[in-house]
Amino acid sequence: MTSAKERRNEKSKTPFLRRDGVRSVIASLICILGGLVVGLIVLVILAVFNENIPVGEAFRGVFTLLSGPFSAGNLNDALFQAGNMFFQATPLIMTGLSVALAFKTGLFNIGAPGQYLMGAMGSLLVALSIPSTVVPAWIIWILALLTGIILGALWGCIPGFFKAKFNVNEVIVCIMTNWIAANIVSWVFFAADDLFINYDETKVNFIRKTATNGISTWTLGLDKVFGGSYMDISIFLACIIAVALYILINKTTFGYELRACGFNKNASRYAGMNEKRNIVLSMAIAGALAACGAAFWCLNGAQDFKWDTYQTLPADGFNGIPAALLASNNPIGVIFSAIFLKYLGVGGSNMAALTSFNEYVSPLIVAVIIYFAGASKLIKDILARRKVTVENTKDTRYAPEPVPSADPPKIEMLSAEEDRPPQEPAEERRDEE
Amino acid sequence: MIFLFQKTLIFAIPLLIVALAGMFAERSGIINIALDGIMIFGSFSGALTAYLLRGNPFFVDHNQLTFVLCLFSAAFFGGLFSLLLSFSAINLKADQTIGGTALNMLAPALSMFFIKVLFFKDRLEMPGMPDSTGTTRDFGFAILNEDLNPVAQVFFNKAYISTFIAIGLFVLFSLWIYKTKTGLRLRSCGEHPQAAASVGINVNRMRYLGTTISGALAGFGGYLYIATVANGTASGAVEGMGFLALAIMIFGNWKPVGIALGALLFGFLKCLAVVSSQLSVNVNGTEVYFLKELGLPMYFYNLIPYIAVLLVLAFASKRSRAPKAEGIPYDKGMR
Repeated sequence: MTSAKERRNEKSKTPFLRRDGVRSVIASLICILGGLVVGLIVLVILAVFNENIPVGEAFRGVFTLLSGPFSAGNLNDALFQAGNMFFQATPLIMTGLSVALAFKTGLFNIGAPGQYLMGAMGSLLVALSIPSTVVPAWIIWILALLTGIILGALWGCIPGFFKAKFNVNEVIVCIMTNWIAANIVSWVFFAADDLFINYDETKVNFIRKTATNGISTWTLGLDKVFGGSYMDISIFLACIIAVALYILINKTTFGYELRACGFNKNASRYAGMNEKRNIVLSMAIAGALAACGAAFWCLNGAQDFKWDTYQTLPADGFNGIPAALLASNNPIGVIFSAIFLKYLGVGGSNMAALTSFNEYVSPLIVAVIIYFAGASKLIKDILARRKVTVENTKDTRYAPEPVPSADPPKIEMLSAEEDRPPQEPAEERRDEE
Repeated sequence: MIFLFQKTLIFAIPLLIVALAGMFAERSGIINIALDGIMIFGSFSGALTAYLLRGNPFFVDHNQLTFVLCLFSAAFFGGLFSLLLSFSAINLKADQTIGGTALNMLAPALSMFFIKVLFFKDRLEMPGMPDSTGTTRDFGFAILNEDLNPVAQVFFNKAYISTFIAIGLFVLFSLWIYKTKTGLRLRSCGEHPQAAASVGINVNRMRYLGTTISGALAGFGGYLYIATVANGTASGAVEGMGFLALAIMIFGNWKPVGIALGALLFGFLKCLAVVSSQLSVNVNGTEVYFLKELGLPMYFYNLIPYIAVLLVLAFASKRSRAPKAEGIPYDKGMR
């Protein structure tokens, strides 16, 4: 009914604070603030009960945490930490995108750690088994990336298939596939042994660095700029992927189908969409994204991948969940939330080094942030109610003449009932319940 | 053979009690995906209790008493921790999966944070302590009877006292949820909360009750797990046992008898992995040698339970009788 132009007009006329996106950002900021406050409370309690730690130390700790790389002391260290932060944020952006895409289809992809491990395995197997003397290194790099992505996509298909075919809760299947992946990866490297395990530097728990085969991601001198850190171009590739994903979700028919499936599976089937195919495809893309993040990390060239991983799952996989939740599943937002989470991580390790507290504070804060993010819909609803009141008074005071707009009835109502906030009837109904 | 059954029992008991925990939450209408996290928190608080109690020589001498106290302390703190889940799911009407995931991430962070602060290390071990007579004692077995017939040996030789407590609790709580008025009310809240509310049941209170019992049982199971399986070491992880328990609950169709069977089956599969990896150390029965001769790495045996879960879920999905209202925030006005 409304053309794209009209919708754009409508959007530009919607007051800033009433826009859905703005509200999401505010809700996320409230979640972050809540997490930080809880973290501060924990530190203060600790300082009060421990006579070795003065109470002021708690505030200094939170300040160090919040300063992220800037708390490093001198400029060179700060740049080094910032470079590593951007590098470490790259896989997190990818797993965040993975979780966000699955959320858009109404699926909770807690299987990102498993997909991540499969991606790491695929890329490492290719990157280390083809000698770069025979094939040019850049071809191997691309091949390794693609192998990782394909393995991850296949791995992501499993929960999607179980959901679509048997209607099994994807969370359980994802968790099981995580542990299966962890064991398979350990088994493969255990069996292949000499080919991949790093005996040269007697780090037998780790896989050889891909740089030993001459394969590393292009840095364009960025590693030098950032004080000799691991920084490379992969974060820019991740940003490009995020933008592409945004376009895919919001501007294409396929993305529309995915979102429709997430809103109401039955309605989307009724509208003639193949909702089962969409579930499997969505999980496959999610798996590919998580695996791509792992491949970016492994192919950096200087990273040690711990192969005997059957008892632990990569934290970056799980942290994709807070990254996606904080960004309200917006792919562009994931870039910022992922960098923010890593910023907290850097701050946490600085805090462990510089104050009496340990680095486990930052995962604690992140967990509290997700706890609040679970209730972000409630926060958004509360915000929506408050903002309407604010806009209501604004409208009557500064814009007495009704502006012709896409939804005039709303504005008329707002300006007509000056004394009574428009949400009152809704509240009355709530009371009756 | 007896060795294998004993091991199976040791693995099955925590799964049994945690799967029952999951059942209580889901029967009241709350998806408790935080079982894993509550287990971790319970294991931490139980280990901390053990550490504190052992400062007193009386408790070192009365080892089994200390063990039981630790188990119930873990249950208490597990119940307390689960209030976070109930609050977010019932009062904030948050997405229960996300709330549970938050708890799953919070529990290891919290316990690792405090272990590091209090003990300056990354894990809290429970080594044996010398008692007043000077002999080193750890919690160990309550009953040692070498001269029994084989069947009785499974239960009454090298048995932990926790095994009997857990079985007792399992029977007690299963009877409670099926044979009492409150149990019936609790179950009705998971099926049709609006109908339950219409006959005067306080749905939110019932859901709080279900989730808190669930948390207490999961905390109990968490400390049980690390005390009997993981050498009493709290390290902020239970290797996904909580999720395995959740799968057992689905396998058992949200019913105690099914859960008991599922726990035995998965306990057996889970113990295969450990038994096969301990082969060079432990030489007891012929079956164990048989596994060794196959020459498969332990990763293979580790995989079996997880793959079994997937197969079971695929086959169980058709006859699944999940509580109808689970995972849906209670809304009075909804019909």
